[in-house]
Amino acid sequence: MTATATEPGKIRAKARPGDTTFFGLAIGAGSLILVALAAVAVFLLAEALPAFTADTTGMNSSPANFWAYVGPLAFGTVWSSFLALLFAVPLSLGIALFISHYAPRRIAQGLGYVIDLLAAVPSVIFGLWGIKVLAPAIVPLFGWLNEHLGWLPFFAGQVDSTGHTILTVAIVLAVMIIPIITSLCREIFLQTPKLHEEAALALGATRWEMIKMAVLPFGRPGIVSATMLGLGRALGETMVVAMLLSPAVVINFVLTSGQNPSTIAGNIALQFPEAHGDAVNILIATGLILFVITLVVNSFARWIVARRAAFSGAN
Amino acid sequence: MAVATASKRTAVPNRLTHGRLPKWAPWVILAGSWIVMGTIVAIVGAADGAADFNIGLAVFLGQILFLVAVWVIAYLVEGGRQAKDRFVTGLVGTAFVIALIPLISLAYTVIVNGAARFDLTFFTWTMRNVIGEGGGALHALVGTLQITLLATLISVPVGLLTAVYLVEYGRGWFARSITFLVDVMTGIPSIVAGLFAFALFALITGEAGFRSGFGGAVALSLLMIPVVVRSSEEMLRIVPNELREASYALGVPKYRTILRIVIPTSIAGIATGVTIAIARIIGETAPLLIIAGTSKSMNWNPFDGRMMTLPVFAYDSYTTYGVADKVAQQDRAWAAALLLILIVMVLNLLARLIAKFFAPKTGR
Repeated sequence: MTATATEPGKIRAKARPGDTTFFGLAIGAGSLILVALAAVAVFLLAEALPAFTADTTGMNSSPANFWAYVGPLAFGTVWSSFLALLFAVPLSLGIALFISHYAPRRIAQGLGYVIDLLAAVPSVIFGLWGIKVLAPAIVPLFGWLNEHLGWLPFFAGQVDSTGHTILTVAIVLAVMIIPIITSLCREIFLQTPKLHEEAALALGATRWEMIKMAVLPFGRPGIVSATMLGLGRALGETMVVAMLLSPAVVINFVLTSGQNPSTIAGNIALQFPEAHGDAVNILIATGLILFVITLVVNSFARWIVARRAAFSGAN
Repeated sequence: MAVATASKRTAVPNRLTHGRLPKWAPWVILAGSWIVMGTIVAIVGAADGAADFNIGLAVFLGQILFLVAVWVIAYLVEGGRQAKDRFVTGLVGTAFVIALIPLISLAYTVIVNGAARFDLTFFTWTMRNVIGEGGGALHALVGTLQITLLATLISVPVGLLTAVYLVEYGRGWFARSITFLVDVMTGIPSIVAGLFAFALFALITGEAGFRSGFGGAVALSLLMIPVVVRSSEEMLRIVPNELREASYALGVPKYRTILRIVIPTSIAGIATGVTIAIARIIGETAPLLIIAGTSKSMNWNPFDGRMMTLPVFAYDSYTTYGVADKVAQQDRAWAAALLLILIVMVLNLLARLIAKFFAPKTGR
């Protein structure tokens, strides 16, 4: 500071009280975010620490060790989100391409709004809809899958007659993350350099060949990061799982049975209102683990975006 | 057929349109596939003795037949590359329509089921001492409004000032780390925000079973702040630099430039962002279930005691019956869902209207 002040020929602006106050407020707000996140980590850790050594026998299951308790939940979280991605990513890519390159220009933006409406629906309403409409409607499909594809481990065993299985949950989760992935992909696809597209078309490419040659290679990092952000959302989704899943403490890959691994978030929502004593600490510890998982997934997504911004010569 | 239509206009066969399917061909193939599959499903269904026509199966099979048919026909007339192009076009259109199905089904279900109890009693009663029919969600509505208002009061100043810092002052590692942390905050699962608020207040008050509406507002702020920062930042960045420089040239201090020039120029965009952020948090259920809890009675004081909110009301009514009448409980849940979806839609519409009619003046 002093070095610049004494530099000859440099005039420092007069420090006005208004300016300093306002700068203080602005930087204070910025620091508050830093403090808030640090507080999230510290308070969760403080409340979670007793759990790591606690006896979990009193919980809804028998494993007497915290890690044995959280294992099936972590598995269910990742498994259900993975299934959701399996449905959501191809659909989202199709929808994003439809809006960015296929739909008539004049209505494309309106169609984008329609898809965004899905993102605005509160998750509890998706839960109600899943119970009332989707689960009963999907049971016949489960029966068919079990009958004809029962030799696959995914559809083996007894079919759950209520339809409250992990596959149903994954479908609802997919519906919930489709708008997120779609809107990100749409934006990336629209950023494709016009010259690349026109060059492809001028060489006689069909529309699909143009997309394959110009749009998709350009958008690949964006697609990956959109997928990861969608995954981050699916991992933390609570209400749909809490309302729509028949949970059990198991690790299995069966999609149609009544024995489903629950997810961390769903388990917290179901157990927390009734929890007391050690159970509270244990649930908060599982929440901490969920936080770490989503943090890793989201950071990975951001990292891909940042890398692309640094190396892309297109803009 | 293409040759016939072309020759009618030009008399000479047009080589550019030769070997091309006419424009209406995909639509005709689509309709044809649906009719064929509809007929087959109807006949098989009737043979099996099924009571009603399985429209979902018919459309599904019809769509598959369409994709196959459009590929085969295009392959015969136009060649392999065009066939692939038409196939993908069909696939992409199908993807869009599939995404519309849950949206339409959801809107229909919520309206049909919610209308049953969407009456005056619903808006003027609480659930205190209500066991059978009747009762309402006034306490939940009041709770939602109070908690959302508190969360907005916390989030908007913090979020807006942070955005101002990032755009107008932020340089170097501190600004970069705040940008990174806002990204991290965007990804916090809502239930973790609820757990944080619970851990915070449990440690501060020393009450293990602490519940309050204000805690809910803190949890929601954690989810709302990053949304406000992101949108405000974007809006502040598109304010042209010429405006700031003109203000500085007139000797206006920086803080007055920001308050009088930059923010008023982008206020519409900021308002849109805040409205969308409110719409996002007003439907949050999980954190409020954790920290605000459930209640059957009115609670006007957000700083003390359990507080019901609309999303939690919908969840709680649908999933817990106790001695209560199951159908009445579910009707109330659907009515709450309908009210919630109406609020969210109105907020989104409002945001779009603000964005449209008070568009930021970029000077271009």
